[in-house]
Amino acid sequence: MSWLAHQVGGTDMLGLDMSFLNWDIISKFVIKGFWFSIQLTIIATIGGIILGTILALMRLSGKAWLATPAAIYVNGMRSVPLVMVILWFFLLMPAAFYALIPGGANNRAEISAIITFVAFEAAYFSEIMRAGIQSISRGQVNAGRALGMTYSQNMKLIVLPQAFRNMVPILLTQTIILFQDTSLVYAIGAYDLLKGFTTAGKIYGRTEEAYLLAAVVYFVMCFGLSYLVKRLQVKIAIIR
Amino acid sequence: MNWDWKVFLNDDGGGRTYLQWMFDAWGWTLAVAGASWVVAMVVGLLVGTLRTLPNSPVLSRLANAWVELFRNIPLLVQIFIWYFVVPKIFPAMKELPGFVLVVFALGFFTSARIAEQVRAGVQSLPRGQRYAGMAMGFTTAQTYRYVILPMALRIIIPPLTSESMNLLKNSSVAFAVSIAELTMFAMQAQEETSRGIEIYLAVTLMYAASAFAINRIFALIEAKAQIPGYVMAGASGGGH
Repeated sequence: MSWLAHQVGGTDMLGLDMSFLNWDIISKFVIKGFWFSIQLTIIATIGGIILGTILALMRLSGKAWLATPAAIYVNGMRSVPLVMVILWFFLLMPAAFYALIPGGANNRAEISAIITFVAFEAAYFSEIMRAGIQSISRGQVNAGRALGMTYSQNMKLIVLPQAFRNMVPILLTQTIILFQDTSLVYAIGAYDLLKGFTTAGKIYGRTEEAYLLAAVVYFVMCFGLSYLVKRLQVKIAIIR
Repeated sequence: MNWDWKVFLNDDGGGRTYLQWMFDAWGWTLAVAGASWVVAMVVGLLVGTLRTLPNSPVLSRLANAWVELFRNIPLLVQIFIWYFVVPKIFPAMKELPGFVLVVFALGFFTSARIAEQVRAGVQSLPRGQRYAGMAMGFTTAQTYRYVILPMALRIIIPPLTSESMNLLKNSSVAFAVSIAELTMFAMQAQEETSRGIEIYLAVTLMYAASAFAINRIFALIEAKAQIPGYVMAGASGGGH
């Protein structure tokens, strides 16, 4: 990564010294946080999509006793800042819970963050899935019914595969936003990518440089991913 | 569990009750969000318009770069950069209070999202609108001022509503640089009183109520500013 420092502006730009970041520091401080951010993003995406799809199906079920709680959950989550949700889960998670997970007692903030993000992102993914399911034309559902499919067969075999496919670009865009939002675990002190940089910066007295380098890494990753999503979007459009 | 709502009447050690402190914090939240909103709207409108200009490749490329830059770096990192790094590079900004720096961070971050909505709004207009302006002998500036922007701005009120609500929620990230807003209050009061659930509940409700108020205000504006005979499909999407 020190090559990156040189790319960014040599070793002495505007009184900033980027060269402090060498491989030793990266492997000692940054990699650990990087892995946690990636882990958090992947688990929250998969968990959020599964839970979100269930919530979306509940809302579209037409049964009030399923639709109302799902709507309250989704709208509630969406009207509160993510930082507050992170704080809530960290406050309410019973201490006994961490004991169930090997090594859990030493990684409370991280475990709490993972559960928070799954629960929080489910609300956002459920809105995406709901739009996706609703975008499937009635004719598809009717065709499934005409073939004698049950409600769940119809959903599993006809509606959801198409809805997922239509929504892939939006789901991926949401994942990029999610990855950026993982930095907010700062509120409970979990060790993520940003914390990796700031910790190294503090130890070596290079806080400003650490923030800038963190920004560069986030930018490169998010920009690269959104470029790939755009390419994918074009591809999907051609297939149809 | 047993509630203890009287905690809000306790003295915070500085001669005011926690209740007063919370309302002061609410004021800071509204101030940060309001000032950032003005910055975001002005810059977002400008950048979004530049992206749609015909025959100005340099300007629209610059505007695109602006959007990509501010969209692909996490808000928290941007706030840290404005707070810690920018004053170091530009010593003249050392005098600025933290509030102003956070407003810049949040305002520019949101401006990229608003620019995206403005661009989408302008591009969703039928081509004929632009041609009509040209046929009337308008210059490009006049076409935008009298034809395109008045239409586009009204079309994008629904996505602007959710961006404005997002802005209010995102203002919670200002806690990271010790702005005395609601989330900061929640964290400090929780620590001091150990009545986290009561404190968090009150703060969560204040966020939800504020977001709801923004929603209603925009609904009012939308109803007033409706274009007669023009029906737009509701725009939806992810994002926080």
